[in-house]
Amino acid sequence: MAIEKEKLLDMYRTMVRIRIFEEKIAEDFAAGKIPGFVHLSAGQEANPTGVCANLRIDDIITSTHRGHGHVIAKAGNQYSLAPMVAELYGRKTGVNKGKAGSQHLSDMDIGVLVAEGIQGTALTLAAGAALTAKLRGTDQVVVSFIGDGTLNTGRFHEGMNMASAWKLPLICYCENNVWAESTNIYDVTNLTNITDRAVAFNIPGVSVDGNDVLAVYKVAAEAVARARKGEGPTFIEGKTCRRFGHFQGDTHLYRSQEEKDECMKRDPIPRFRKRLIEMKVLTEKEADKIQQEVQEEMDKAVKFALESPFPDPEEVLTDVYA
Amino acid sequence: MLKGVKVKEITYLQAITEAVDEEMARDPTVFLMGEDIRQWGAPLGEFKGLFEKYGGERVRDTAISETAMLGAAAGAAATGMRPIVHIMFSEFLGVCMSDIRCVLTKTRYMTGAKTKFPATIMSYSGAGVSAAGEHSTCPYGYMMAIPGLKIVVPSTPYDAKGLIKSAIREDNPVQVLYHQKLISDRLTGEVPEEEYTIPIGKADIKREGSDVTVVAIGLMVHRALSAAAKLQEKGISIEVVDPRTLAPLDKQAIIDSVKKTGRLVIMDEEPKTESASSEISAIVAEEALDFLDAPIKRVCAPDTPIPFSPVLEKAWMPDEEDLLKAVNEIV
Repeated sequence: MAIEKEKLLDMYRTMVRIRIFEEKIAEDFAAGKIPGFVHLSAGQEANPTGVCANLRIDDIITSTHRGHGHVIAKAGNQYSLAPMVAELYGRKTGVNKGKAGSQHLSDMDIGVLVAEGIQGTALTLAAGAALTAKLRGTDQVVVSFIGDGTLNTGRFHEGMNMASAWKLPLICYCENNVWAESTNIYDVTNLTNITDRAVAFNIPGVSVDGNDVLAVYKVAAEAVARARKGEGPTFIEGKTCRRFGHFQGDTHLYRSQEEKDECMKRDPIPRFRKRLIEMKVLTEKEADKIQQEVQEEMDKAVKFALESPFPDPEEVLTDVYA
Repeated sequence: MLKGVKVKEITYLQAITEAVDEEMARDPTVFLMGEDIRQWGAPLGEFKGLFEKYGGERVRDTAISETAMLGAAAGAAATGMRPIVHIMFSEFLGVCMSDIRCVLTKTRYMTGAKTKFPATIMSYSGAGVSAAGEHSTCPYGYMMAIPGLKIVVPSTPYDAKGLIKSAIREDNPVQVLYHQKLISDRLTGEVPEEEYTIPIGKADIKREGSDVTVVAIGLMVHRALSAAAKLQEKGISIEVVDPRTLAPLDKQAIIDSVKKTGRLVIMDEEPKTESASSEISAIVAEEALDFLDAPIKRVCAPDTPIPFSPVLEKAWMPDEEDLLKAVNEIV
């Protein structure tokens, strides 16, 4: 499948934006500048990037506690990082007015419906959004990003059963980083291939190297096309790994050094960069320029957040009811 | 209330059917999903005929899958539809409670008002039909503690039809709790021939009186009215206030009545602890204590599961005798 040069460069920039975002947030969180807690997705960038490169702005995704990358990828590179950063800093100018924080970033203007911290709730919600598309006869597609920890919730089974029984335009994309918080998914699940779960719903289940953005793009393209044609849901597993702990401050001592080193080596960004240079889509110099531009963009976003006021205390009482 | 309009007599069940039918006819974004909707129109038959009329896309049979149903209702609502989801017996709401407590009712707030959730949840509540511990609950108190949720509890056909129509049109999630005993008793009442709605958040004075205010909810409204008729013979005048909506509660109507009578009894078919009666008592104690001439009385069920045997269940449910006793203690 030939992907246009512009799209390849866009995807590369998206991955760099997610990485730089996450690394800056890690730094500022450690410095005590960000309230609450944050779950970072560095290392997993290829998954949302490859998937969302197949989506339109009116398509919908649902996200998780580890959701910054999903929002950045769905929004596209023209979407400013500033309101997202301001949200993490708890500011009035945050995309959710400081009422969501890191774990619940969403923006329906760009098709990010929710980010849920209770695993599986966003998947059934996504099924409902896909039902809307079906009832209205649009060809919108809904992608629900989940983590491996969600696979054993009742909601995963109920949501996938509903999507399959009603042939909904839903893609469930599982970023399998192996670790459900500190628990190895294979210690609590008697499965070698998690895509075997798809058999139970009588839908396609596809496993892909979630650190290879082009492989993710290709698998997602097929699933999106299937959903758009009204042929029903697909379950995709992106095999990936996280560079940080479950949350910032988690020392992730439950992982062996060997596994962590392996994860660092599997970094999807240098891998894609090398590939694009080989394909002559990008030069080293251009890649460095992208890096620098994104760094400046992020610095500006953080400056915007820090200069933004906190919400007025009266804001507590607004937005409960429509 | 119904003076000067053409009326018809219908059952409580028919009122529910008519409300949903009229709203589905009026608004193509309204759809219904639930268990046993297609063949039975739900187990008590309140949606009978709707599948034949609107077809399987808008009247959807679901699996026994409450979390998926609730999640899907939230997702459909957030993307422009007006789903009605039937979560059969209200104890089943516990199965999908985090979908109600979190997804459906908190998300608007957490998105900074970027979404809205116009979803209606309809469930059977209440005891009195020997349905035992899992099929007889009135979940009033604990659902009142969910910010973002509205709750309507109709006690008559008129209220059922008008409130359910408003619930479906409401831009926020609404839980409708209709009493299964009012369905099985085939309660009838007058409703206008013409279309009407009842505003959510507005109590109704079911009987005017001057000596004691009785706030009664759902089925208890009927027991309170019957006790009030008996007390009238003894010269005690009871005002029966039916909140009709538990969230947002029409505090003013209750306080105004207490200001008039100086006495308050709350009759609530729930175990006493953390029931709707707890909240209503607290509100009156906080905001109208100076107007009370006697302690607030609560006529509730005991803090036990709901028993099966008719003899035990009768002993468990608050009844007319319990209310008469409570009133006699304060007048």
